[in-house]
Amino acid sequence: MTTPLPNAVPADSSDVGRDATSGTAATERAGTPAAEHASEGPESLIRARGLTKRFGAFTAVDAIDFDVAPGESFGFLGPNGAGKTSTMRMIGCVSPITAGELSVLGLNPASDGARIKAHIGVVPQQDTLDMELTVRENLIIYGRYFDLSRREAGRKADELLEFVQLSDRARDQVEPLSGGMKRRLTIARSLVNEPDLLLLDEPTTGLDPQARHLLWDRLYRLKQRGVTLVLTTHYMDEAEQLCDRLVIMDKARIVAEGSPHELIERYSSREVLELRFPVGILETLHAELDGLADRIERLPDRVLLYTDDGEAAAAAAHSRGLRPETVLVRRSSLEDVFLRLTGRTLIE
Amino acid sequence: MTAPARAAPRLRRPLAGGGRQVFEYKALVYRRVWRGSVFSTFLSPVLFLAAMGVGLGSFVDHGSAIASLGGVSYAAFLAPGLLAAQGMQTAASESTWAIMGGFVWDRTFHGMYATPVTVAGIIAGHLAWVTARLTLVATAFFVVMLAFGFVVSPFGVLGIGASVLTGLAFAAPITAFAAGQKNDQAFNVIFRFFITPLFLFSGTFFPIEQLPLIIRPIAWLTPTWHGVALARGLSLGSLDPIGALVHLAVLAAYIVAGTAWALIAFRRALSK
Ligand SMILES: Nc1ncnc2c1ncn2[C@@H]1O[C@H](COP(=O)(O)OP(=O)(O)OP(=O)(O)O)[C@@H](O)[C@H]1O
Ligand SMILES: [Mg+2]
Repeated sequence: MTTPLPNAVPADSSDVGRDATSGTAATERAGTPAAEHASEGPESLIRARGLTKRFGAFTAVDAIDFDVAPGESFGFLGPNGAGKTSTMRMIGCVSPITAGELSVLGLNPASDGARIKAHIGVVPQQDTLDMELTVRENLIIYGRYFDLSRREAGRKADELLEFVQLSDRARDQVEPLSGGMKRRLTIARSLVNEPDLLLLDEPTTGLDPQARHLLWDRLYRLKQRGVTLVLTTHYMDEAEQLCDRLVIMDKARIVAEGSPHELIERYSSREVLELRFPVGILETLHAELDGLADRIERLPDRVLLYTDDGEAAAAAAHSRGLRPETVLVRRSSLEDVFLRLTGRTLIE
Repeated sequence: MTAPARAAPRLRRPLAGGGRQVFEYKALVYRRVWRGSVFSTFLSPVLFLAAMGVGLGSFVDHGSAIASLGGVSYAAFLAPGLLAAQGMQTAASESTWAIMGGFVWDRTFHGMYATPVTVAGIIAGHLAWVTARLTLVATAFFVVMLAFGFVVSPFGVLGIGASVLTGLAFAAPITAFAAGQKNDQAFNVIFRFFITPLFLFSGTFFPIEQLPLIIRPIAWLTPTWHGVALARGLSLGSLDPIGALVHLAVLAAYIVAGTAWALIAFRRALSK
């Protein structure tokens, strides 16, 4: 693989097709620390066992286990305070683990932090851009931290600005950029070392829909090139779009794990009937709802009925004399899984 | 797994933890603001030496004063003192807001720490940058001293080194202190209650023998007095070797202890 990441991905399908084959993805990882152990068989890029983080007496991450395979894109979903960022920071070697085991790229973060960091890209939840420098300078100096030569860093900066569509702002100060532009710059910066593993902590929070789609497209291209993605998100469409596999965290623990499809199958029904009632009515309904569905979830403004046949349940409700303001039948989504497992909606 | 690594050869870990790259970063930022510092770097020493040395000097230079200053003009007495004390001020202003901001405002240190740059690399780069700034400021000051004819001994040029060491003796512990701050309230306290009194009472403007006996030992503990005494001894050619070693040892102790403290403070702030 000699073409530079990432905007050099040619539009023609032959190259994309070659990259998309798993064999190529695995080969590209040769030469990285993980590959040095490759003879031991297929190894996890990240492996956590009993991984724990405590701040004083408070446990932010409580003995979680997970594996991320090379080339996979892996998501952490969870309500605020679940421990997602704490976990990401431990993987990124900026937060020492309190207990358990963690290996990243086959190395130990406690002793090989700098070596691991050389091969990963990080998009932290909170931006760390330098407001005193220009957009392009931010990228160049970051490239220097990875020991790129000045020329290389400059070339890389231009390429990445193109990739996140910020080329026209290259010479501007960072401070006046919009939140979404800053985020895109942070993402560009995380790619400056052509990472094998990209850690994205809520990468699209605060982005407009267009910027989010641009970003999803870019992340998808990176994934095709064999870059392993680990991300946290509060957007289930993002998780469904980007994650091969995800875990749902709640109160410092992992409560479920699987592909988006598997999770929906396991924890939700095929369809959901949403009934919205005028203010005050929902509280008075009890027995009227019984038996209409496999499971009923009451939200402040509406009630969700989980069933394999939404239309039938809607008809049954109508025949019981229920007159909701709106009736909606939809397919189950990750949001429903999330609600069931954590008792909370994704975005609060 | 035989294909060549994707860009692996250039993904080395930066030598020395990235101190050189952090220095470059500082220089890059400075390139944008250097115009603002020209006045404090080059013009203010000229004004200060002209006003204090020539103006005030002509006022105090009479028999008894010259005798208590060891037989030299007030300007020749004052100039090396200012040279050293100015290092303290430069170092303090480079190591307060710039450090706290890197943790709290821009969070740039967090950004660096996500790369192969280490905690030691960040501190080394910062202190190397402060050293460069101190050298520049002190050299400019020394050139002005020379132009005014305020340097007595050829060893006076080593006063530049004394000024740099005095500055570093402050930069290291202040950097460590700043890393632990959540806002900038404490910095005004540092300047008002430490830097300014030290500037005025550490022998810069008058010999500390003029101070009450009980206060004098405090001056002996400060890096400022040792730096001033060193620079002055060099400039006037009156330094004894033992005294010089003591001054150097005290300054070095502050630098070493301050750097050790900074390593702890940075690690605590970055690696939670
Ligand atoms: N440095 C710290 N000191 C003390 N407590 C902390 C620290 N960092 C995180 N915590 C606590 O750990 C818990 C988990 O925080 P974390 O940031 O990992 O959650 P999160 O899942 O990323 O949440 P969000 O969705 O809001 O980003 C929270 O209760 C938080 O207050
Ligand atoms: Mg978080």
